[in-house]
Amino acid sequence: MNKPRLVVIGNGMVGQRFLEEMVERGHPYEITVFCEEPVPAYDRVQLSSWFSGATADDLALTSMAWFREQGIKLVIGEEATCIDRERREVTGSRGTVVAYDELVLATGSYPFVPPIPGSEREACLVYRTLEDLGAIQAAAQTSRVGAVVGGGLLGLEAAKALQDLGLETHVVEFAPQLMGVQLDGPGGALLRRKIEELGVQVHTGKATQHIEDGADCRHRMVFADGELETDLVLFSAGIRPRDALARDCGLLLGERGGVVIDDRCRTSDPAIYAIGEVALWQQRIFGLVAPGYDMARQLAAGLCGDADAAFRGADMSTKLKLLGVEVGSIGDAHGRTPGSHSCSLEDSVAGVYKKLVISEDGSRLLGAVLVGDTGDYGSLLQYCLNGIDLPPAPLSLILPAGEGKPALGVDALPDSAQICSCNNVSKGDLCAAVSGGCTTIGALKAETRASATCGGCSTLVKQVMDAELKRQGVEVTNHLCAHFPYSRQELYHLVRVNELRSFDALLQAHGSGLGCEICKPAVASILASCWNDYVLDPRHVGLQDTNDNFLANLQKDGSYSVVPRVPGGEITPEKLCVLGEVAQRYDLYTKITGGQRIDLFGARVEQLPAIWRELVDAGFESGHAYGKALRTVKSCVGSTWCRYGVQDSVGMAIFLEERYRGIRSPHKLKMAVSGCTRECAEAQGKDVGVIATEKGWNLYVCGNGGMRPRHAELFASDLDDATLVRTIDRFLMFYIATADRLQRTSVWRDNLEGGLAYLQAVILEDSLGIAAELESQMQALVDSYVCEWKRTIEDPEALKRFRPFVNDERGDEQIVYVRERGQKRPARPEEKAEVTAHEPQRVLEETL
Amino acid sequence: MNSPAARVVSAEPAWRGVCRLSDLVPGSGVAARLGSDQVALFHTPEGVFAIGNFDPCSGANVLSRGIVGDLDGRLVVASPVYKQHFCLRTGECLEDPGVRVPTWPVQVAGEDVLLADQPQSAAALER
Repeated sequence: MNKPRLVVIGNGMVGQRFLEEMVERGHPYEITVFCEEPVPAYDRVQLSSWFSGATADDLALTSMAWFREQGIKLVIGEEATCIDRERREVTGSRGTVVAYDELVLATGSYPFVPPIPGSEREACLVYRTLEDLGAIQAAAQTSRVGAVVGGGLLGLEAAKALQDLGLETHVVEFAPQLMGVQLDGPGGALLRRKIEELGVQVHTGKATQHIEDGADCRHRMVFADGELETDLVLFSAGIRPRDALARDCGLLLGERGGVVIDDRCRTSDPAIYAIGEVALWQQRIFGLVAPGYDMARQLAAGLCGDADAAFRGADMSTKLKLLGVEVGSIGDAHGRTPGSHSCSLEDSVAGVYKKLVISEDGSRLLGAVLVGDTGDYGSLLQYCLNGIDLPPAPLSLILPAGEGKPALGVDALPDSAQICSCNNVSKGDLCAAVSGGCTTIGALKAETRASATCGGCSTLVKQVMDAELKRQGVEVTNHLCAHFPYSRQELYHLVRVNELRSFDALLQAHGSGLGCEICKPAVASILASCWNDYVLDPRHVGLQDTNDNFLANLQKDGSYSVVPRVPGGEITPEKLCVLGEVAQRYDLYTKITGGQRIDLFGARVEQLPAIWRELVDAGFESGHAYGKALRTVKSCVGSTWCRYGVQDSVGMAIFLEERYRGIRSPHKLKMAVSGCTRECAEAQGKDVGVIATEKGWNLYVCGNGGMRPRHAELFASDLDDATLVRTIDRFLMFYIATADRLQRTSVWRDNLEGGLAYLQAVILEDSLGIAAELESQMQALVDSYVCEWKRTIEDPEALKRFRPFVNDERGDEQIVYVRERGQKRPARPEEKAEVTAHEPQRVLEETL
Repeated sequence: MNSPAARVVSAEPAWRGVCRLSDLVPGSGVAARLGSDQVALFHTPEGVFAIGNFDPCSGANVLSRGIVGDLDGRLVVASPVYKQHFCLRTGECLEDPGVRVPTWPVQVAGEDVLLADQPQSAAALER
């Protein structure tokens, strides 16, 4: 018997997810898909990343090969133009006719262009597809100014695109505030302030009446009360369902468009379904991807025989980053529920606004608005969706992290609580998977797909896992790994007190098994912190991560990058020329780092010794960019040149960098020295920050940038040079002795009982009586410093490790480069395939 | 040395010398060429093992540069790129059982390290 025929019109995000759901369920259909765009499904949510460097391949959600493998016929680059419901046939714009037994409409939406005279002018564009991006980029090349019409979520995304293209960017919004759907007045106002600080000019309460020729720019947008000149106009004022096909064939539509569907996604014709932004469910269009995915999931389940599958609406809460500003909106953000209360917190210094909407009796969270800091989003969403009892003082939920903030215990969540909304994973699903043997985050993610899409729920997933493991009686310990029943701090003391000099000695005395990639590098680091032996000593070589093993930083293609030390960021023209010459000679991709150094990429293992021989000859030393060690001491130019400087910040930075270079620590260390309070070296974002005062130096500790930026805290004031150095000596050794593996100083400090006051007592007042010992331990490390690269190029045994193959001197021919912006970059897989398929010999020769 | 490895299926594999035992680093790995294949050789307390050098998770030829250890009683190497574990005996990826890298039988004859000229079949491994 023939298989039933299923036709899907549209291959956007929801259409593709529907196909994947069908495949996963082992569907019984012969499927044909109409895709009007020239490429199959891609990630429209991330569209703006195209302008900051993502490629069409990065955005792709599927490939032609996937369709072939799944036996799904893809009619690409052809728009479905007609549905004949009597004959059950779909006709395409190029004449393709496909018969169906069942039909799915996943045609999505189109951008709404307000009926403004002049909106059809050149360089008046929309922002929806990859093709639109190409048109925007082309128009931007002849533009200086760009304006987005629409200050909603999509409009602000579009504004980011214009900014990334280097245009002076304006946002024109008809309503009196930005993001009126998701945010209240104060939230919208703060968002406006923050994005104006980023250089985007916002015009609210502006209705464009027409667009005409401009004087300085291509266009002039004329408002009731003013005008704006711009070269490019981008309409992003909302979406409309693409329901023309449905209208033409007589399906029931909503008053304002959209194909009416029931809970099983069925339209008024029982053989036709609709999902995603074209579908109208209970008078609502869902303009977010998650509800569309849920429709796709429910429809696929229904078609594959699940009689209970039904779409039951969706939560429209959102959390996102717009132009770098965190924004979150949950449930009834505007407090429209009768009798509801609200409480809010506004910190205009930090640029944070948070509001809670609370039920009349004060027991339930109905909604929330978050601008500037969405750290509380996950727990607030759980309170809201699961009707969890609020604590007596709900405001405490949105206070800055610290004392008195109640943590939402995951125990309070019902099993039905949805933890991962991207992949619809509940707490119950996670607990079941943990019971089934998933006891690591990796295993849990592979099994349930939780946190596998946007990753926003990963903290919560970990908490659920830990709680469930604990409930099952599995002990959660701070042991380093299965091989050592000790914490890093305990192992450090064992090594030091018992004077153990190798991993094998420690394992024999205090561990079991062979070791692993967790404990080996951690112990190697402890040994180096205590004894400072050469890291490529035969006893230590098998312990090191590849970066330490080759004294360079591994990149994605298997090549390495090289970062010579440039103490304090000061470099002579002669040495700068040497870096340029070496980069030219070895064709290395060259980039300035954030730490005032130069990173040289694309060196193959066997090239590293030769490169370093030249660098060492020119007086360079290893920069330890590869190690959990001091990276750089960044500095401003200081009192030597600067009109405002009060101390020699460069001199102090060089002194500190040369003092602490090469010292291994639990995690990387960054420092900076600023020559005055203007703080141009950004010392307050470092593990150790030094800021000059009229009388000496202020010392700040435990800051960091990166994923969770944290300001350093003032530790001691007006120190003279000797006291400053002594204090940093003690601070660093105490951190090295007591931190956990891979724990930055900021997290270490947050976990120290007694906090900063305790740390000050130990370091400044010597409350534990260990200060002298810490100082002498540091001095021993400083005195035993040797440049690892200088030592390595003089050691024939160590150099053997840099052979590409033990039986062949020729390098890996599968490392392939192409040129971009005048330098090389790793070839992407398809480029690599093309190059190697057409000219294998040439590539081979070039590479060897 | 760089000619493609023979792919003739025979009952007895042909053995090829790739290096001396002293070329290996105890507790660590090195890369070697075997015909057109790249092999990662590991010298562990439980013997010498050979698996493919290509890391299917990152697409780079780097497994020889991973850290060797044991995980749940299995001898493994952790990829230096994204840290997936591969069993040195079977080539299986512990995080993703659908992924497997090839393995080669190894003989140490005196000072010489010899590899079979074709990888072990998955069926043979399961036996």
